[in-house]
Amino acid sequence: MSDLRELYQEVILDHGRKPRNFGPLPGANRDAHGHNPLCGDKLDVHLKLKDGIVEDVRFEGAGCAISVASASLMTEALKGHTEAEARALFEKFHTLVTGEENPTPETLDELEKLAVFSGVRDYPLRVKCATLSWHTMHAALDQNDEMVVTE
Amino acid sequence: MNAPTRTDLARGTGVDVDRIRADFPILARPTSAGKRLVFLDTAASAQKPRQVIEAEARVYETEYANIHRGVYELSQKATAAYDKARSKVRALLNAASDREIVFVRNGTEAINLVAASWGRKNLKEGDQVILSEMEHHANIVPWQMLRDAIGIELVVIPITDTGELAWEAYEQAFTARTRLVAMTHVSNALGTIVPIREVTRVAHEHGVPVLVDGCQAVPHMPVDVQEIDADFYVFSGHKIYGPTGVGALYARESILKDMPPYQGGGDMIASVTFARTTYADIPQRFEAGTPNIAGTIALGAAIDYVTGLDRQALLRHELALRDYATERLSEINAVRIYGTAPEKAGVISFTIEGVHPHDVGTILDFEGIAVRAGHHCTQPVMDRFGIPATTRASFGIYNDFDDVDDLIRGIARVQEIFA
Repeated sequence: MSDLRELYQEVILDHGRKPRNFGPLPGANRDAHGHNPLCGDKLDVHLKLKDGIVEDVRFEGAGCAISVASASLMTEALKGHTEAEARALFEKFHTLVTGEENPTPETLDELEKLAVFSGVRDYPLRVKCATLSWHTMHAALDQNDEMVVTE
Repeated sequence: MNAPTRTDLARGTGVDVDRIRADFPILARPTSAGKRLVFLDTAASAQKPRQVIEAEARVYETEYANIHRGVYELSQKATAAYDKARSKVRALLNAASDREIVFVRNGTEAINLVAASWGRKNLKEGDQVILSEMEHHANIVPWQMLRDAIGIELVVIPITDTGELAWEAYEQAFTARTRLVAMTHVSNALGTIVPIREVTRVAHEHGVPVLVDGCQAVPHMPVDVQEIDADFYVFSGHKIYGPTGVGALYARESILKDMPPYQGGGDMIASVTFARTTYADIPQRFEAGTPNIAGTIALGAAIDYVTGLDRQALLRHELALRDYATERLSEINAVRIYGTAPEKAGVISFTIEGVHPHDVGTILDFEGIAVRAGHHCTQPVMDRFGIPATTRASFGIYNDFDDVDDLIRGIARVQEIFA
């Protein structure tokens, strides 16, 4: 087992205490609600997409340090990226925290600050905390595809 | 304030904890981080003494065969041991007869059995079942399923700020349509000991039977179903230091004999033709299929183990741990305890300001301390107090005062990391 400080890195504690991009997002055109029934964590992810670019993203909710920090860092990472890039980053992040394979130096570079979550892989019960916001973001992207169709 | 010291408390209980701890092999194993295991999650499931582990192995090694079937020696031995376990459960609960004891998988299945069998026979649309706000999901969901299936109504008695049953609301909840009270004996989330004798007295004045969820009571205090006048009483074997996969339902014989089967199959019939089946007498009528034979016999061993100790002294010991932990936790400004009823078991739910219970649980785990973090299958209790979750420390017969000191040190470590 890794040292506890590898899980609770300063960046995670900081974002857990003071989440960035926290609150409602007026003008959001994609939203999803995430819920982890195991622990009761709930959060909402709001996206404003324009021409396939994540123009803005914010989140609301309550949870543990890992889930709040993950959501906060996710919002920072997604801004300005295309929808396809957001989906690709989801895959990379998922691979990182589930520990399915060791991340390459290139992957860690691409993940930038998100690489602080690599310690989560040693705590299988906490993987869901780290991925809740990402799954919710993913659902938001998927969900609104249908809404686009109905419009 | 002259609170009793740790030494005063330890001296007063008359329990040789070191001797008890020596019976539990898992407590001697360090955690994977090399720490001493501090197991504070007995309310979720208790650890097992060697006597229980060996009893289960002994069944498979020396006397295993299917029960109630073979005429050969092994089957007769297994059947006798299985039936003996039923007598041990009867004695544990002081039921009037072995016929009143039905073996099930756990407390959850026992409640489902009552809801499906007694409930479907005796309840109809508009009938009311009284529950409390502090029920475990196991004593909520089966009744909701019945509500959705046949239209009964659930009447929920609130709890007070201290986590006690709102007594006047309970007394006033009875109507001409009230048909059952289903209530916990001890709250798994808050530790509250419900005055269950008074609960049954009031219900019976209205001619209403009472189902008691005894999962958190049976492992920690002597229970006498005749004295508390329960109509149904359920518990899980794994919480009283027995194996998983076996529990028991007590039901008053006059009620049980009129209940239809719960599941159909072998072992619960008198005779079967394709035209018609007649059912076995109680309690076999409710035990379809091959049961958890070895586990049930080992539950008997767990009952022998616990009743072989001084149960009153064990209760004093667990309450002394509760008092010491409450005292030490109260000294920490950031800690808030939920559930402060004067009559309370060895269960302490708390939050630490600014730290989510899951983070508390992970950091304590790293220190070798196993606690429960979450909603404890009591989401209405969490909603009542406006919190998503708590950290819960719960005590068993093997916990000692060092465990509490380690918990307090672990909390200091949590605060250090989250400072």
